[in-house]
Amino acid sequence: MSLDPIFISGTIAAAALIGVGITHALDNSSLELSQLTAVSELVLVGPGSFDHPKAGEFLKENHPVAAPIVQETIHAPLEIMKYQVSVSEYGRCVADGACKPIDARKSGNVPVTGVSHMDAEAYATWLSSRTGEAWRLPTDVEWAYAAGERFRGDMESGESDPNNPARRWLARYRTETALGRKPDPEPRLQGAFGINSKGLADVAGNIWEWTSTCYIHATMASDGLGIASSIDNCGVHAVEGFHRTYMSNFIRDGKSGGCAVGTPPDNLGFRLVRDQPSLARTLLRRLGLA
Amino acid sequence: MLTRREALLGTVLTAAAVATVGAMPAVASTKDVAGLPREKVTLVPPPFVHAHDQVAKGGPKVVEFTMTIEEKPMVIDADGTQINAMTYNGSVPGPLMVVHEGDYVELTLINPETNTLAHNIDFHAATGALGGGELTLVNPGEQVTLRFKATRSGTFVYHCAPGGAMIPWHVVSGMSGAIMVLPRDGLKDDTGKPVRYDHIYYVGENDFYIPRDEQGQFKKYETAGDNYDDTLKVMRGLIPTHVVFNGKAGSLTGDNAMKAKVGETILIVHSQANRDTRPHLIGGHGDFVWEQGKFANPPAKDLETWFIRGGSAGAALYTFLQPGIYAYVNHNLIEAVELGATAHFTVEGSWDDDLMMQVEAPKAIAS
Repeated sequence: MSLDPIFISGTIAAAALIGVGITHALDNSSLELSQLTAVSELVLVGPGSFDHPKAGEFLKENHPVAAPIVQETIHAPLEIMKYQVSVSEYGRCVADGACKPIDARKSGNVPVTGVSHMDAEAYATWLSSRTGEAWRLPTDVEWAYAAGERFRGDMESGESDPNNPARRWLARYRTETALGRKPDPEPRLQGAFGINSKGLADVAGNIWEWTSTCYIHATMASDGLGIASSIDNCGVHAVEGFHRTYMSNFIRDGKSGGCAVGTPPDNLGFRLVRDQPSLARTLLRRLGLA
Repeated sequence: MLTRREALLGTVLTAAAVATVGAMPAVASTKDVAGLPREKVTLVPPPFVHAHDQVAKGGPKVVEFTMTIEEKPMVIDADGTQINAMTYNGSVPGPLMVVHEGDYVELTLINPETNTLAHNIDFHAATGALGGGELTLVNPGEQVTLRFKATRSGTFVYHCAPGGAMIPWHVVSGMSGAIMVLPRDGLKDDTGKPVRYDHIYYVGENDFYIPRDEQGQFKKYETAGDNYDDTLKVMRGLIPTHVVFNGKAGSLTGDNAMKAKVGETILIVHSQANRDTRPHLIGGHGDFVWEQGKFANPPAKDLETWFIRGGSAGAALYTFLQPGIYAYVNHNLIEAVELGATAHFTVEGSWDDDLMMQVEAPKAIAS
């Protein structure tokens, strides 16, 4: 592997700050790592617990119900990219031959769009090998935690009538229509959609982000809380943004019309989380690489 | 091939020639028509249709309509793609006109000075003079009044046909609509039994041919004239960039989805002035369908998909039996999903388990 000075200095600088970040994270506030990383500016989100509607489709007594809301806990500080991966960052992976080219409409500090789950995975793999760190897509829970007040979840009216399934479809349609969100397909410069309470930029703007959480069909236990059984489909992953939706791994452009009633993502992009360097080093040591 | 300048000039020359012909007064029938009652109708934009009687009250009359032609930019998809639209009365498609067989349609067509092109109207429901096209060519700043007798019942397309290459260009710029000529005693099923509708919706389908730049992005033009050369090249490939209902992808969805209740009967009039299409109501049917749109022929029953020939309008009658969201599509699904030809119905009411139920929800395959 050839060494790229930008990556080296970037990651070292970021790593140096991690210690500071953790101290701050302990009082459950978030800390934005400074501009030192030319590669990816990171945000450290302190650990905590929050209520979260699980991702997937849920059935109770044979009828679809809203996703159960469960308390999720982020145990370790979450280190996540402040911005979505940009066209120029992704371009380096393409130049290295590790990522598939995209039909770039814009260049520079604009979020990369038109990327599939497979593209995002390829980028994470490449970035990890370039930096010797463990980069990956966030889980749906991690994304929601970092999205904070900007997390919306599934388009869901909460209506469920076992005798009339159409009521749920109609209510969801009305909910979605009432939101009145107009399509907004043009990617903007990084930061155009502002910073959320956790310090992340552009959350729930006009880019929907891939997560590592598989789409599931789950049947609720009779107590209505636990999950009795579930079938995972990891050919489809949760995508997060203005709302949560589920897309096949190979989809690069979520826009659609047709029979499906649903708000399609304006654009598909992603940001990555970095597992704590100590953890990463442990991993690498285990693999005999460091 | 005509350059744009020549083409535009050509239209003006034709206009001059037609003006002479049009100046001849149509005296012959004036006497017979003079004594008839007159009714003035205000047109409404699609998918809605002006109030009308399904069964005619009294004898034939003269029904007066006015349409103002508007050339204006219109957005045709979610990405903001723009067309230099040519419209009858400001909408794409133009409004649906409704009269009864034996009535006289009297249309005043206004081409305001603010427009840049000559326009006219060819009614497929009319007899002679190229459907009225020869008698209605108006330059910006002119208006014309045409009267024709509605001698055949059915749904018929009308469109602009100002000569030569102008014809398809005006049509694929949005200049078409439909007229419905009802039998005086209303619609009947295949056995001759009267049928009625609670709601009528008019869905006009358009195929658009928007030129792209070197990056593959759709181009925008200042005026209609500026796009002519580029658009013609795309048109000659015969592959539309957009196939939409009501002038824009998604125009009949969300807040604008068509509405009905379980037990209500709807009549959907569907026109396509240029290209074949195949409407399909996902989750429903056509109880009685006049595929060719002509009410003198008995309707076909229980259709899944019906065929509307380019240059015609058809009508489908359906009574909703189940609540929910219905998609009404052009069942070339590529055109429905990728190019835009999808509308929605939201239907309220009680679910009928007898017609359908999920006996068992998705679960792991039994081993």
